[in-house]
Amino acid sequence: MKALLVAILLTVAGCVFVGPAAAEQAPGSFAAAVAELKDAGYSRKAELIRGLAEQRRPGTKELLAALLEGNVYSRASDGKVFIVAPVASGYALTDPLTGKSAGTEPVEGFEKVGINNSLRRVLRSALAQFDLSSPDTAARLAAVKEMLRAFDEGGAPSGAAATRTLLEEQLKKERDASVKHEIETGLALAALGDSSPGQRLAAIQSLASSLNPDVYNRLVALRDPSTEPDSAVRAAAAAAVRHIDSWRKFYGVIETLFFGLSLGSVLVLAAIGLAITFGVMGVINMAHGELMMIGAYTAYVMQLLLPNAIGASIILAVPAAFLVAGLVGVLIERFIVRFLYGRPLETLLATFGLSLILQQVVRDIFTANNRPVESPSWMAGSLQVNDALSITYNRLVIVLFALAVFGVLQLVLKRTRLGLEVRAVAQNRAMARAMGVRTDWVDALTFGLGSGIAGVAGVALSQLTNVGPNLGQSYIVDSFMVVVFGGVGNLWGTLIGGMSLGVVNKILEPYAGAVLGKILVLVCLILFIQRRPRGLFPQKGRAAEA
Amino acid sequence: MASQMATPPAPPLTASLVGERGLLGHTVLDRPALTLLGLLAVLAIFVPLLNLEVPETSALHVTTYTVALLGKYMTYAILALAVDLVWGYCGILSLGHSAFFALGGYAIGMYLMREIGARGVYGNPLLPDFMVFLNWKTLPWYWYGFDMFWFAALMVCVVPGLLALVFGWLAFRSRVTGVYLSIITQALTYALMLAFFRNDMGFGGNNGFTDFKDLMGFDLHAPGTRVGLFVTSVVALAAGYLACRYVVISRAGRVIQAIRDAESRARFLGYRAESYKLWVFVFSAVLAGVAGALYVPQVGIINPGEFAPLNSIELVIWVAVGGRGTLYGAVAGALLVNYAKTYLTAALPEMWLYALGALFVLVTVFLPRGVVGLARAATVGRRKVSRA
Repeated sequence: MKALLVAILLTVAGCVFVGPAAAEQAPGSFAAAVAELKDAGYSRKAELIRGLAEQRRPGTKELLAALLEGNVYSRASDGKVFIVAPVASGYALTDPLTGKSAGTEPVEGFEKVGINNSLRRVLRSALAQFDLSSPDTAARLAAVKEMLRAFDEGGAPSGAAATRTLLEEQLKKERDASVKHEIETGLALAALGDSSPGQRLAAIQSLASSLNPDVYNRLVALRDPSTEPDSAVRAAAAAAVRHIDSWRKFYGVIETLFFGLSLGSVLVLAAIGLAITFGVMGVINMAHGELMMIGAYTAYVMQLLLPNAIGASIILAVPAAFLVAGLVGVLIERFIVRFLYGRPLETLLATFGLSLILQQVVRDIFTANNRPVESPSWMAGSLQVNDALSITYNRLVIVLFALAVFGVLQLVLKRTRLGLEVRAVAQNRAMARAMGVRTDWVDALTFGLGSGIAGVAGVALSQLTNVGPNLGQSYIVDSFMVVVFGGVGNLWGTLIGGMSLGVVNKILEPYAGAVLGKILVLVCLILFIQRRPRGLFPQKGRAAEA
Repeated sequence: MASQMATPPAPPLTASLVGERGLLGHTVLDRPALTLLGLLAVLAIFVPLLNLEVPETSALHVTTYTVALLGKYMTYAILALAVDLVWGYCGILSLGHSAFFALGGYAIGMYLMREIGARGVYGNPLLPDFMVFLNWKTLPWYWYGFDMFWFAALMVCVVPGLLALVFGWLAFRSRVTGVYLSIITQALTYALMLAFFRNDMGFGGNNGFTDFKDLMGFDLHAPGTRVGLFVTSVVALAAGYLACRYVVISRAGRVIQAIRDAESRARFLGYRAESYKLWVFVFSAVLAGVAGALYVPQVGIINPGEFAPLNSIELVIWVAVGGRGTLYGAVAGALLVNYAKTYLTAALPEMWLYALGALFVLVTVFLPRGVVGLARAATVGRRKVSRA
């Protein structure tokens, strides 16, 4: 509503401003152009449309928009042109000259003013000129892009010249940096096709720091002697391409690093619960992946419970998944793991069996099909840093979330009574008992804590992939690798291990392919464990003996 | 951890029955060994007879399907022996033994693929179908020689053995033990699975090898060949059992068990623990490879799914169910669990995973010595009662 008001005011102001000079001949020529429109050939129509657009009369925009949508008809009886809107009894007519309604008439006796594809382009570009004065930055940006497309598609040189003039004027009064940048790039791109080598050279200079893919392609083409006769221009283009290449490479590295960190965060999330059960308690929990799966399904169920509040359901799913998975973890500890302390290989087998059961339970409840968990709107889209680098929000959120989980866990272990007891039991069980720590209770809670974090990791995973019964299985080997690589019993090792594994994976991927990259990482890890059997950050002192 | 695994020595037999005598009065042919060999002999004689000679209408007729199924069980039992040898006697819980099994299978599968020759869908005399399909022009170098059976048979032993040698040398030398070793063996088979899924590896990618025609000129679909393969598997199981038994009661076998129970102590006594472990690991890998090579012609397919970590863990549970550290327990466990699997996956398919999972939990928590331990406890109890 407000935008409309402003637009009306602007057009009125524009009219008044242009007024005295153009007013005398404008109404006449406008009416003549509209009248001519119905019979003219396509190329004449294009000229008429450009002429109409330049006049900037009120009502022009509506007429052109209607023309683009195929809603402009001429009456057979008197040849008058109308904007029509189909209604039940026929066509509701609007006179384009006055903008007033002209009643409703039956469909028969009207003939459509035809357009073709090239006219559609002309129309879009003409309409875009109106949007140039829009107060909305996004609309202006879209308009500029639409007008720049006219350059690429050629069209009449007079039209291109008019567009250029318009854009240059807009550049002078434009405040927004992104729109300004777009116009400059576009104008320079157009200048690359200029007939004078000096102009082309200047355009190349101004484009040398642009990361726009169109610019890059044009510059690459300009290096070729068959398209560019002037050797100085060729050399400048080659230099610019080299310059852009180095920047692109730089942003490519940053992007790879970011991808690696986001993959690493997933690994850290998956491994950090394991670092507690395996690292602190020395219990191998092969059902860890299934606890993640339970967390992911909790997110799915939360979404079923709150179908109208996706964002809230995801946020609520985090504590819910922690509780559900943590509870399952406590039960596992009380009924299975407790009997197997000191027998890690047996624990491994028993929890593996448990993972099979949990998978089958989920299959029976939710069927074997994958369940999609929707992402809230604030995780969709991406942060466009520049033409070469964009960061998707969901990956960014995962990275931050992993760091937050890590931080909270560190706080719990270092600053709470439970954390103190957990560390005491891990260091010296008998001594902790002697000091009055209820070790079996602490064991259950520690296991529950690790399991709960697995559930939280599952919520994060549900945002990246579909939720299915095999969700956890695919992460279990990776998460063990992270824990072993980082050093057992060391949360910082898990963080650094996970992040570096993620980054290495992503660095290797372009050279070796996703699968071979993964194999290479696994082989490297196996070799690494040879060199440092206790991981990156081995435990030292008495704790290491246990 | 290891102390629970120690089993009381089996009572020695009278001298007239034994072949070789090991240390401490143990013999290769103790009572369980003789029982097992006797049962295998019965199988090897009667199953072929009931299949080939008894008419199909008779109630006693054994179908060719059953022969193939039993043959498959025999190869599983060999695999279980291999796992029991390293796990039950040396304390190495390998979660990657299906990798050696699958490698043996792939080696024989390459031979079987070359045997198809020009009878494939594309009729290329040199290249297997999947290579023609992928538009390959020449045979990769590592496929050379697999048209000869003796070479493939050699590779069945060499490839898993070599992998175990390199892997084991790296792992044992740097004293990777316990769960760490389990995890990296699992990573090993996982990595191999990913690798074999790739088409450019030249092993048929996702689909692996199938559609075999014949083995050394014998039609693989003929009942006679099936029976021959079954008998070969039974003989291989018997031989594998005797070989493992020999390893276990040999001097080296005693050292291996000492390493299982107290590795540092054995080391301090001057034994090179890593060498002993390495050799028993390699031997076990070769045995697993042979099992794989017998398995593939009988089931008629080998694909990267055989490398799946789940398979490796499943075969560990066979041994656990049977009772590890006894060898015959491993055989019994492999047969029991696989029979249950065949029955349950047909009768109640959705129950199988519950049953397998429950088996894992119950056996480890309540039956650390498996059904063999249960049976032994029962007999010991009876003896005590009768003595009283």
